[in-house]
Amino acid sequence: MTSLATGTGPATAPGSVGAALETVSAATNDGYADLPRHLLAASDLSREAAIAVLDTAERIDQAIAGREVRKLPTLRGRTVVNLFYEDSTRTRISFELAAKRLSADVINFSAKGSSVSKGESLKDTALTLQAMGADAVVIRHSASGAPHRLAGWVAGTVINAGDGTHEHPTQALLDAFTLRRHLLGGAVRDRVGNGLDARHVVIVGDILHSRVARSNVTLLHALGARVTLVAPPTLLPVGVDEWPCSVSYDLDAALAGADAAMMLRVQKERMDGAFFPTAREYTRGYGLDLRRRALIAPHGIVMHPGPMNRGMEIAPAVADGEGSVVTEQVANGVTVRMAVLYLLVSGEGADRV
Amino acid sequence: MSSEHVAHHSRAAGVDQGRASTAASDVSGSARDAGRSSRKPDSRTAVILSDADIRRTIDRIAHQILESIGDRPALLVGIPRRGVPLARRLAARMAQFSPGNYPVGALDITLYRDDLRGRPPRALAETDLPQTGVDGLVVVLVDDVLYSGRTIRAAMDALRDHGRPAAIRLAVLVDRGHRQLPIRADYVGKNIPTAFDDDVAVHLTEIDGFDAVTVERAA
Repeated sequence: MTSLATGTGPATAPGSVGAALETVSAATNDGYADLPRHLLAASDLSREAAIAVLDTAERIDQAIAGREVRKLPTLRGRTVVNLFYEDSTRTRISFELAAKRLSADVINFSAKGSSVSKGESLKDTALTLQAMGADAVVIRHSASGAPHRLAGWVAGTVINAGDGTHEHPTQALLDAFTLRRHLLGGAVRDRVGNGLDARHVVIVGDILHSRVARSNVTLLHALGARVTLVAPPTLLPVGVDEWPCSVSYDLDAALAGADAAMMLRVQKERMDGAFFPTAREYTRGYGLDLRRRALIAPHGIVMHPGPMNRGMEIAPAVADGEGSVVTEQVANGVTVRMAVLYLLVSGEGADRV
Repeated sequence: MSSEHVAHHSRAAGVDQGRASTAASDVSGSARDAGRSSRKPDSRTAVILSDADIRRTIDRIAHQILESIGDRPALLVGIPRRGVPLARRLAARMAQFSPGNYPVGALDITLYRDDLRGRPPRALAETDLPQTGVDGLVVVLVDDVLYSGRTIRAAMDALRDHGRPAAIRLAVLVDRGHRQLPIRADYVGKNIPTAFDDDVAVHLTEIDGFDAVTVERAA
C-alpha cells in the first residue's frame, strides 16, 4: 500500500491487529440492490445477492468475534415470529438465537398446542400475526409452497425455514458459507466478493425428499460450483436430469477428488414407501465410511445438515474425524440467519421490489 | 474544536450526510445527489486540503496523539471506509516520531446506526479489533469527516460492547460542523465552515488514487 510505504518508520513498523488489515476495497457488489423482499427459495437469490448474504455473514462474524456482549442492537424494536408447523428444534433455535442476537423480540408459535390444533387455517393465523405487527415471519411447514402463500397475506418479510420437500434456502446459505470458509482461504479478504467457482460438491442420499438438496443445487450452481448428486434410483426425484447438476449411482467414483461431501439424512419418517431393501444395503452403497472418506481431496470437507443417523449414512469415525464440519455448520447457521434478518428486515419498508 | 461555525440547520431527519456524501454508494436517490449531477462540476468545487496539506495535517495529529497518550497503551481504530487508511497513516507516522508499537484496528458501525429503517440494505464493512479486547486501552477513533456526530455515537456504542477502554478519543481529518449530538473531536485536521447541504469529499490514495479534500458548495 502506498500510504504505508511513505509513512513507515525506518526503525519500527506500526503494529497491526490482524495479520494484515485488509484493504478496504470498494463495496461495489450490487447484490445488495438485488436482494429479494422475501426469502422463499434459493432461486430468489442471484449470484450477487447470495454473495452479499455470505459477505454480510462474514462481517457479522467479525463484528461479534471475541466479544463479551455477543449482541447487536440492529433489530431493536422489531418483532420476528417463528411459525413452526413442523417439529424442528434445531432450525427454530437457530433462527431464535439469530433474531435475539440482533435484539429483535422473538415470538415462537408452534402448531402443537396452539390455535392451529383447534383448526385455524394458515391464512387466519397469518392475519392474526399481521394484526400483531410482525416485522418478519419465519415459517416451517410440511406443505411445499406454504411460505409462498403466506407472503401474499402478510406485510412483513417471510423467510422460508423449510417447506415440505421443496426448499430450505437458509440451510443452503449456511452450507455455502461453510464451504467458502474452508475452500477459499483463511483470511476474510480471500472470501469476500467471491463465489465457489469450479469447486466440486457431492451430495449423497435421499434427494427425493430433501429440500436441503434442492436448495443447495440451486444455490451452489448460482455460485459457480459443480454439483454431483449420488443416490439410489428410487430416491431421485422425477425430472432430476433437468437440474443444473450431474447424477451418479457410483459413490466411489463421484467422491474421487471432490472438495466436499454433503451427506443427507435418511428420513426414516418419510420411508414408508420401501425405497431400499435394508439399512445395511443402503450403508454399503451410499454410506460414508473411512475408506470412502479417503477418496475426497486432501483439503476436502464432510458436511451433514443434521440430525445424523450415525452408522447409516455416515460412519461415526467420519462424523467425528478430521475435515468433518458438522458442528461448525450449526454455528454458521446462526451467523448466516443473522445476515438474512439484517438484510431483509432492518430496512423493512424500504422502496424495493 | 470548531466553535466558529455553529449548526443552525439541524435536520429532523437526522441523516448523517457527512458519511453519505463521502461514501458514494451509501445513499441512493437523495435529492442532493440528484441536484449534484445537474451542476457544473468545476464552478462550485474548491480544494480545501491538497495532498501536501493532508500530509502535514496527519503529522501534526500524530504528534498531538503521542503527546496526549504518553506511556499508556493505545489503539487507533479507523471507522470504514476512509477512517481505516487514515488510522494506518497516523500509526506509521507515530512510529516514526516515537518508535514503538501502535496497533491499528477497524470498527464498522453500520449495525449500530440509528437510521437503518426504511432504507435499502447496506453492505457491512470490516471490523478488526484485538482478540484481547479493548479493556484498559486508550482508544483513538479515527474518521475522515465529523458532521452530525451520529457515526461517532454509534462507534462509542459499538466499543462499549467490545469492552471497557481506559478512554476514548476522537481524531478527524475534517470537522465541518452541524453537530446533532453533543460530541466534539480531540484532534482536528481542519475546521471547514460549511452549509449543511454543501458536499465535503475526502479522497485518499488507498481508496481513491489521490489525496485531497474538496468542498462542493450547494447551489
